[in-house]
Amino acid sequence: MTIELSQFFQVFFEESFEGLDVMESGLLSLDPSNVDNEMINSIFRAAHSIKGGSATFGFASVAEFTHVLETLLDEVRSEIRGMNPDMVDLFLQSVDCLRELLEGLQAEVPVDGARADGLRQKFEAILGVSTDAVASETGEVEPVAIGWQINMVGGEDILRSGNEPIRMFTQLSEMGELTITTDFSRLPAFNALTLESCYLSWQLTLMADNVTRADIDEVFEWVVDECEIAIEPIMDESLPVAAEQVEATEAQALEEDAPVSDDASAAQTGLAVPQTQKKAEPGSIRVDIDKIDTLINMVGELVITQSMLGQIGADFTFDKVSKLQEGLQDLERNVQVLHESVMQVRMLPISFTFNRFPRMVRDLSRQLNKKIDLVVKGEQTELDKTVMEKIGDPLVHLLRNSLDHGIETPAERVKAGKPETGVVSLNAFHQGGNIIIQINDDGAGLPKERILAKARKNGIIGPDVVLSDEQINDLIFQPGFSTAEVVSDVSGRGVGMDVVRRNVQELGGHVSVKSEEGVGSTFSISLPLTLAILDGQLVRVGNQVYIFPLVSIVESLSVGMNQVSTVAGACDLLRLREEYIPIIPLYDAFGIEPDSRNLEKSLIVVVESENTKVGLVVDELQAQQQVVIKSLETNYQSVEGISGATILGDGTVSLILDIGGIVTIGQSAAPMQIKAA
Amino acid sequence: MNTMQADTDTKDTIDTAGSIVGSIDAVDQYLTFIMDNEEYGVDILAVKEIRNWDSATPIPRAPPHVRGVINLRGTIIPIIDLRQCFGMAAIEYGPLTVVLVLQVTTSGNDSREVGIVVDAVSDVYSLDAADIKPAPQMSDQLNTSFIRGLVTIKEHMVILLDIDNLLGRDDLSDFAEVTDAIKKDEIVKAI
Repeated sequence: MTIELSQFFQVFFEESFEGLDVMESGLLSLDPSNVDNEMINSIFRAAHSIKGGSATFGFASVAEFTHVLETLLDEVRSEIRGMNPDMVDLFLQSVDCLRELLEGLQAEVPVDGARADGLRQKFEAILGVSTDAVASETGEVEPVAIGWQINMVGGEDILRSGNEPIRMFTQLSEMGELTITTDFSRLPAFNALTLESCYLSWQLTLMADNVTRADIDEVFEWVVDECEIAIEPIMDESLPVAAEQVEATEAQALEEDAPVSDDASAAQTGLAVPQTQKKAEPGSIRVDIDKIDTLINMVGELVITQSMLGQIGADFTFDKVSKLQEGLQDLERNVQVLHESVMQVRMLPISFTFNRFPRMVRDLSRQLNKKIDLVVKGEQTELDKTVMEKIGDPLVHLLRNSLDHGIETPAERVKAGKPETGVVSLNAFHQGGNIIIQINDDGAGLPKERILAKARKNGIIGPDVVLSDEQINDLIFQPGFSTAEVVSDVSGRGVGMDVVRRNVQELGGHVSVKSEEGVGSTFSISLPLTLAILDGQLVRVGNQVYIFPLVSIVESLSVGMNQVSTVAGACDLLRLREEYIPIIPLYDAFGIEPDSRNLEKSLIVVVESENTKVGLVVDELQAQQQVVIKSLETNYQSVEGISGATILGDGTVSLILDIGGIVTIGQSAAPMQIKAA
Repeated sequence: MNTMQADTDTKDTIDTAGSIVGSIDAVDQYLTFIMDNEEYGVDILAVKEIRNWDSATPIPRAPPHVRGVINLRGTIIPIIDLRQCFGMAAIEYGPLTVVLVLQVTTSGNDSREVGIVVDAVSDVYSLDAADIKPAPQMSDQLNTSFIRGLVTIKEHMVILLDIDNLLGRDDLSDFAEVTDAIKKDEIVKAI
């Protein structure tokens, strides 16, 4: 029976990537001198699942590679071998390699196997099961087992999952001479016996001199997690098995690791990243069962309310009006709770994004020769999945900046009276309708004088302009800005911060920095909790209603002509306290007939975008409400000045203004003559 | 293969290259509509819905043929005045004015929904692919790829439109070449 396996590929890939994440975080938290066996076990299980899955789906390259990984992990967890930092590095590199292989398979793009082969050789060298030149060069005599002693305690559930010990033993007996002793000691009394449970244990002795540990492992692959299996090689006592020689091979292999790993990383940059050519599959999301249950309950209530309303409407008489109103109120409440619950479903804890940072900090601090600790708080704070995916890159950039420019070298820190190890802390929490993510470092802080000098040199600010500290710090978000003396691979090219700011603003949030020289800096990113909803101000111009994003509104006022000045060749200016703000009549920008072209009869709404303020002329301010953002681009195309559309309560479409775009339109508009009243 | 009988009953057609065109695909259904006393047709499979004209929210600084956007059960779709696309004079919308909501495949292989305003809907015809004559290429400057072909029904010419080509373009605001082609009137006169 052939089952079409490709429909399961996506699930396999998702689970494998998750497994790789588990392996990576486990490896990072390993302390080689004091190995936590539970941690090794979970790393092993993840590798094991990936191997099994890839073998099932026919991904031989992944299966073979993972098999070697798994063998070494197994030796560590059976305490045949200890762990050391170089081995952890090797494992981490192989996790990266596996990721590449899997990504290539997923995108159906061939991946160069050179890196995998290189890593695999190193593993095999460590294991001493090398099939290539490494062992033969040392002229080592391979200690060969002439047999294997296997003690197996059957796990209670193995029969339930379809495993049959007899078949395993038959397989072993085909490899050599097998003797089995069965241990019945765990069998309970007959009346307490459950047919599907396994209570037996066995001692198996397999005499064969060409069987490797890997062969034995393969036989027990399916039950290794549920059973206690101890596999010991039976050595031929006559051969001079030198324990020292085995260690010599290992030591040599590990020494070779150091120079070779540089080659590997050089090869790494040469490997092309597989381009996803297929259209991206719609992603999936893991949701807590509780959230689903809440949704189901809510919908149940909705059904009840609906049938109740249906009954009232079926033979309606006017004395039932109050019941109708009650029903409608219930409906409103149900829908609101349902809406909130549904939005919750798309929320995931930010730990998914934070998870890659320990690895990054570790690698970077090594590369920069600095000592840095990463402290993560609030990783359970939830945010919308799409927002989280898009905030990843800006966070990476900010973190790299902290590591590269913020934290000083150990020598500098000691000189400044700080502890040698710098601390970078990531914090996430909810505040109002937003999520705040902070990256704080106790490093050198932003160098105000250098920033000011660079800004003056680039002509961003005039030579005599005096700025407050916050304004100076804010300058780093200007395009092309970098005070780094040396452009490194890590950062310093000056393309980062303005891209970060733009990305964050595209998500509807903002980013700011607080810093004190010599003490440290804190970057704060504030993001709305969901992308799809906007707090809007309904505004009427003529017979059209538009939506202004509430966050962009500074104030609204009606003006007298004495506050307005006409500037020849440009638009009119409103004098508002100390500032002059350009006035843009929306009716002209949009080609609508307003109630009145007389400025004194209209309202001016002062809005702000990217530190630019403009005053928009409107006829009336209506309600404030939350609106659901619908895309214009899906079926039409993007329009300058409009960021999206929404559907109002009466079913009509209302356009949501993009303040940045309006400002651009307004600045290119012809000057307006304002007639005095 | 030289002399061929085009048997209208059996619907098997053998074209000049010598291959046989299968019978099942040779019949398509077209919905026709009227604009400026000319009859046009679109593949019925592309028609999602027919609605009465109601108001649309205008889009700022949009060209005159883009009347605005409407809410179609939660999705925002643009409404295009096909008359103005074709360079015809705009008319007052009345009770017979109809909006055809079409499903269009864009040049990027995405799907989009667009509504077109037409004067009135006419009929549905099953047309044999053999009866559809290609649009005559009058001159090299005119791009008539938005016309799938011409067909004569009851002694009366119907212009069949290629919707994907007409409305699947990236920039819905630029229909200049379409206007040019129709304005020249050469196609209409050619038959």
